[in-house]
Amino acid sequence: MRKKLLIHLAMVLVIPGFLFTVSCAKKTIRSETSLTQEAEDEAAAEKAKQEELARQQAIEEQRLQEEAERMAAARNMFLSEDIFFEFDSAVLLAEAQAILRKKAEWLINDAEATATIEGHCDERGTNEYNLVLGDRRAESAKTFLMDLGVEGSRLSCISYGEERPVDPGHNEEAWAKNRRGHFTIN
Amino acid sequence: MKYYSIKTICLIALAYFMIGTGICGAGYDYIDITHPFLRKIPIAIPVFKKVYSGDATERLSRTASDLLAETLDFTGYFKILDRAAFLVDMQTVTSLANVNFHNWTSIGAELLVTGGVLIQGDQVEMELRLYDTFKEKLLVGKRYKGLIKDQRKIVRRFCSEIIFFLTGDKGIFNSEIAFVSKNSENKEIYICEFDGYNPRQITHLKSITLSPAWSSDGKWLAYTSYAKGKPDLYIKHLREKRGAVISKKGINITPAWVPNEFALAATLSFSGDPEIYLLTGTGKVINKLTKNRGIDVSPTWSPDGKHMAFVSKRSGTPQIYIKNIASGAVRRLTFQGQYNTQPSWSTKGDKVAYSGMESGRNNIFVIGIDGKDPIQLTHDQGDNEAPSWSPDASLIVFSSTREGPSRIYVMTAYGTDQRRLLALRGEQTEPDWSRGMGSK
Repeated sequence: MRKKLLIHLAMVLVIPGFLFTVSCAKKTIRSETSLTQEAEDEAAAEKAKQEELARQQAIEEQRLQEEAERMAAARNMFLSEDIFFEFDSAVLLAEAQAILRKKAEWLINDAEATATIEGHCDERGTNEYNLVLGDRRAESAKTFLMDLGVEGSRLSCISYGEERPVDPGHNEEAWAKNRRGHFTIN
Repeated sequence: MKYYSIKTICLIALAYFMIGTGICGAGYDYIDITHPFLRKIPIAIPVFKKVYSGDATERLSRTASDLLAETLDFTGYFKILDRAAFLVDMQTVTSLANVNFHNWTSIGAELLVTGGVLIQGDQVEMELRLYDTFKEKLLVGKRYKGLIKDQRKIVRRFCSEIIFFLTGDKGIFNSEIAFVSKNSENKEIYICEFDGYNPRQITHLKSITLSPAWSSDGKWLAYTSYAKGKPDLYIKHLREKRGAVISKKGINITPAWVPNEFALAATLSFSGDPEIYLLTGTGKVINKLTKNRGIDVSPTWSPDGKHMAFVSKRSGTPQIYIKNIASGAVRRLTFQGQYNTQPSWSTKGDKVAYSGMESGRNNIFVIGIDGKDPIQLTHDQGDNEAPSWSPDASLIVFSSTREGPSRIYVMTAYGTDQRRLLALRGEQTEPDWSRGMGSK
C-alpha cells in the first residue's frame, strides 16, 4: 500500500515538475527573444537618437557658421565701406547717412566693440586747412552715430587731412575717392 | 721840418678809414625803399687779391669772392657783373686802398667790392671794402680774422654790413629756413641756411610731421607730428633737446609763436570744435583766442604781437580774418576769391601773404593789412603755397610744384626773381623763415 502511495506521490510531484520545466524552458526562450528584441529595439532607438542628435548638431553648426559668416561680412562691411564728402564740406549726404545707419546697427549689435573714425581730404587746398576739415568730417560722422544711439565713449576721431590718400591720382576721380570718412575697429 | 711818428700816421690813417665809413651814414639813396627791386644796382665783385701766394690762398680767394657774389645776388637788390668784362686783374693791384674808379665806372659798375686774403696756418685774415665807384668813395671797410673753416661766416658778416649800410636793416644772413621733406611714406622736419646751404634733418620720428614754426629767438621749434598715432603738437628746444608735447584729444596743429614771447597760438579741437588757443611755451593753455563754431585755423602774428591773422570759415568759405588782441574785435581781411588760407604776416607789419585757390590751383597773394588790392605774385606755374617772410621782409619763401614734385622756392616781396632754394630727394613743403636772431 505504501509503495503505491509513494509512486502516486512521485508521479504527482514529478509530472508537474516535468511540466514546469517544460514551461520554464519555454519561458526562458521567450524572454531571450524579447531581450534581443528589446536590445535590438533599444539599439535602433539609440541609433535613431544619435542620428537625430547629429542632424541637429549639423543644423546647429550650420547655423553657427552662417552666423559667423554673416558677422564677418558685417564686420568687413563696417571696415571697408567708407562715406564720402563733397569738396570743402563735412556735410553728410543721403548716401553717407544710409551707410552710417548700417554702421550704427553693427555697433549696437556688438556692444563690446569700439571704433575710430578717420577723416580724410583730397590733395587740393592746403595741408593745414585740410587737417581741420578732416577733423570736422570725422566729428560729423560721430555725432550722427551718437544720435542713432551709439555711446560717444565708444567712438574716437582722428584727422589725417590730405596726408593719407587712397588714390594718388591728380584728377576728380581720385579726389572724390580721397574725400572720405573711414572706420577702423580698435 | 717836423714829421710825425709812424704810429701817429697809422692812427690818423685808421681814424680816416673809420671816419670815412662813418660820415657816409646810411646810404638810403642807393636802394629806394618803396621800390627796392625796380632797378638792380650793378655791382662788381672781382676775385679777392691774394696777399700771400700759395694754393690755399688762391682757392680761398676764389671761393670767398664767389660766395660773396652769390650771397649778394640772393638778396635781389644787385646785378652781379660778369668778371669777363673787368678791366682790372686784382692780383696785379699793389694796394687795395688805391682804386682806379674809372676802370669800374666804364664797365657800368656803380658799386665795387674788393677783398684781400691772407692765410696764416689755419687762420685767415680778410680785408673787405665796399666802394661807390661814381662818387669814388669808400662806403664800408672791415678787417676780419678767423679760422679758415669760418670763411662763410666772415663773408656773410660783411654782407650784413653792406646791406645794413644800404637799407638800414641787418638783412637775412643769419637766418635759417625750416621745412618739411617727404621721403617715401614719412614726413620729417629739416633746417637749412637762408640760401639753401647745409640742409640737415631735425626730426627722426619716422611718421608724418608737419608745419614747423620758429620762435622769435630762433631757439625753439614747434611742429605737429603723428608719431604717437594722432596729430600732437611738439615744442622742442633745438640745442638742448628739451620741450613739451600737447597731446589733447582731436587735432593739435598750426603753431605760431608770439613775437618776442615764450608763448604760441595753435589750433586745438579737444572741445569738439577747432579753435585757436594761446599757450605757454611749456604747453599750458592760457586762453581761447577765437570763439566761433566751425573752422578756425592757421594763426599768424603781427610783429608787435598786437594782432593775429587767421583762417576762418565763419562766412561760409575759408577766408582770412584779423583779430585785435586787446579789443577782441575781429574783421575780415580777404574778400576776393573763394578759398584763402595759410596767411603769413610780413615782418615789417604792413602786409599779409597768403595762398589763394582758384579753379583748384593755389597761388601766393599779398594784401595790405587795410585789405586793399590783393596782388597775385605767382601765376600759371603749378601750386604755390605756404608763404613765409624773410626777417627783413624783402623776400618770401614758399613751396611750388611748378617742376613737378613740390620744392622750396624764394622770390622777392614783389614777386620777382622766383628761384628754387634747394632740392632734396622726395618732396619739400611748408617752409618757415626764422627771425635771424639765433646765435650762430
